[in-house]
Amino acid sequence: MAQALDPHAAIATQAGGIDDGPLTTADGQPLARALRRSQKRAKRRAFLLVLPLLAFILLTFVVPIAQMLQRSFYNDGFSANMPQVSAWFAQTERGTDPDEAAWAALAADLTAAAENRTIGIVGTRINYDMAGTRSLFTSTGRKVRDGLEPPYQAALTEIDAKWADPVLWSTMREASHPVTTNFYLASLDRKRDAEGNIAQVAENQRVYIMLFLRTFGLSLLITALTFVLGFPIAHLLATLPMRKSNLLMILVLLPFWTSLLVRTTSWIVLLQQQGVVNDLLVWAGIIDVNGRLQMIYNRTGTIIAMTHILLPFMILPLYSVMRTINPSYARAARSLGATSWTTFRRIYFPQTLPGLGAGALLVFILAVGYYITPALVGGSSGQLISNMIAMHMTDTLNWSMAAALAALLLGAVLLLYWCYDRMVGIDNLKLG
Amino acid sequence: MKSILIATTALAGLASAALAEGEVNVVSWGGAYEVSQVEAYNKPFTAETGIKVNMIAADNPATPLKAQVEAGNITGDVFDIEVSDAIRLCDEGALVEINPADLPAAPDGTPAAEDFIDGALQDCAVANIFWGTVIAYDNTKFPDGAPATAADFFDLEKFPGKRGLPKNPKRTLYLALIADGVPAAEIYDKLATPEGVAQAFAKLDSIKDSVVWWEAGAQPVQLLADGEVTMATGYNGRFFDAMVGEKKPFTIIWDGQYMDLDMFAIPKGSPNPEAAMAYLKYATDTQRLADQAKYIAYGPSRKSSAALVGMYKDGTTEMGPHMPTNPDHMTSAVMDDPEFWADHDAELSEQFNAWLAG
Repeated sequence: MAQALDPHAAIATQAGGIDDGPLTTADGQPLARALRRSQKRAKRRAFLLVLPLLAFILLTFVVPIAQMLQRSFYNDGFSANMPQVSAWFAQTERGTDPDEAAWAALAADLTAAAENRTIGIVGTRINYDMAGTRSLFTSTGRKVRDGLEPPYQAALTEIDAKWADPVLWSTMREASHPVTTNFYLASLDRKRDAEGNIAQVAENQRVYIMLFLRTFGLSLLITALTFVLGFPIAHLLATLPMRKSNLLMILVLLPFWTSLLVRTTSWIVLLQQQGVVNDLLVWAGIIDVNGRLQMIYNRTGTIIAMTHILLPFMILPLYSVMRTINPSYARAARSLGATSWTTFRRIYFPQTLPGLGAGALLVFILAVGYYITPALVGGSSGQLISNMIAMHMTDTLNWSMAAALAALLLGAVLLLYWCYDRMVGIDNLKLG
Repeated sequence: MKSILIATTALAGLASAALAEGEVNVVSWGGAYEVSQVEAYNKPFTAETGIKVNMIAADNPATPLKAQVEAGNITGDVFDIEVSDAIRLCDEGALVEINPADLPAAPDGTPAAEDFIDGALQDCAVANIFWGTVIAYDNTKFPDGAPATAADFFDLEKFPGKRGLPKNPKRTLYLALIADGVPAAEIYDKLATPEGVAQAFAKLDSIKDSVVWWEAGAQPVQLLADGEVTMATGYNGRFFDAMVGEKKPFTIIWDGQYMDLDMFAIPKGSPNPEAAMAYLKYATDTQRLADQAKYIAYGPSRKSSAALVGMYKDGTTEMGPHMPTNPDHMTSAVMDDPEFWADHDAELSEQFNAWLAG
């Protein structure tokens, strides 16, 4: 009974009936082993062929990204340069008031850090979590170079009363371990309070979550717009006679080959208040001279410019898929009595899905990371999260924060990619 | 006479070339600013010492500098960085300390320590120029009475039109406070308190809807030229180029200018440390700093250079009145405070971005 329910078992018994020993090659080796050996050789050759590319990608892509991501949770700016006080933190419970041993350790570390000129690194690290403390470290550093006299608590609080601040001690405790989640918390508008609990930052400093949501919202909108605009064009390209479609293709490809900066700047020229579009509207009497439209340096400008710039990434995969769709399917549907709308909805459109999926994924992922265009035409309402990453990379030089924001962005994109794979299937993707 | 001169310089060049190392890599900001450095520093330096100068342009040289320090692979010798970055990287132990006594004295013998303007000599860096963020307006837009103060910049009724402002807290919050009547000397004390920051944002709120925010230094000039804005703040050298070089009808308001320093610094572990130091000393001597003003409207960091500043390269424009360091322009100037911004930059940037989005 059990045997009958298990098909594999049935096959095994049958096979066992026919086979009376392992298959061998002509020279008497088992076939399976010979096959494995010859395949291994082929595999090794294939691997050697792709090795240069693999090494290149590892060295220039994977390793730098991994190093950058590592910064988002690993920062030893404090722990490596303040070893004694870090050891004291490791030995004591959270919430322990600093005793004289702690003050002595702090004084010794500060003196050493000031001599080694690493005090700036320490101050910068603490300043990430507690604004306004960097100068406390550097100015104290200048004063302690000649050495401090015990009792150290009195000596340090005399230099600056801020040293006695319990929030500062709790922040230092946080930083005394190089592995930290604080940069991720800050990327989500959260921080740790003096008791170590996670709390929201002050309302006037909450910016990252809002920017993440805006980035994804705008990217979705831009993806939808490129679809609405790109689909008819791709269809036209795929169905027109070659001569005409080639001409159209050039019109799609020319802007695609033009520098991103040039295209962004052209949109500024067109859309600004004293620009071409406004001039035309005023000339045609549609708007008043004083009622010129604000179409750039805001969200509208970002959407228009990014949609235009990303449009070819939607058109090209759609076009390549549409070219391969056999027109006789649609004709067959019509001959069987379908309306043109039904034919489009049930026969044509489903066949374009692989191209649409590829185009949408390309446009969305590119839009999520867009940086130059929103920086130039975004004004205040068209800023995206990438602009904050750039700010932390170049202005505040807080690379850990930039890495945490980038990691979250990367994670969100990978998550969406996974959802896409589950829903549509990544095998259905066609880039051309 | 001329041939003797050539022969001696050539000999001197050969002699020092034999002594010196081959080259020095200088990382600077590119654009017209780099051109001014090539003309004023690099060409005569190479002619005198035989050391080849490789100019490398960066958006902000502090970024590659930090990257090179982090990676432990320094390829630049001299970096032209802002004072806040210079102090910060010095505190982090990344830069070579520079003893003022090693720098050349002024022609009249004043030691370098006294010749440089306050703030121009730091532990690890020597300033070459002062530059200002200033207000400029389009003359043609205000026929009945021109604006003259920072307060006028915020007066949309008397001086209608859009305003161009940089999209960062550093060069906007202070201007709002100046316009609100806070004396230049008290700006940082105010900004260190939540009330002061709130006051600055409240003042900015009054023009928020009329502001076009800019990001790159070329933008404010373009915005003014296109008529997109009637007044904008921007870098004085860029406005000068537009006014004198391209004859645009702009006027600069020096009230409430924000003064910054650009400094030369040498990272520890640079490939050509001796040539780097030789270059730094040469480029910050009195004559070289004065020469640079011939190519760009940024003020030399030595007092002794001011008297030697002459004409613009067009030969007709006196540079003195265009210098941010001109005493008349300094009365209400706010100096960049690197300590303050090292402490508060991240915090105020977040507030500023939250305010922008709100």
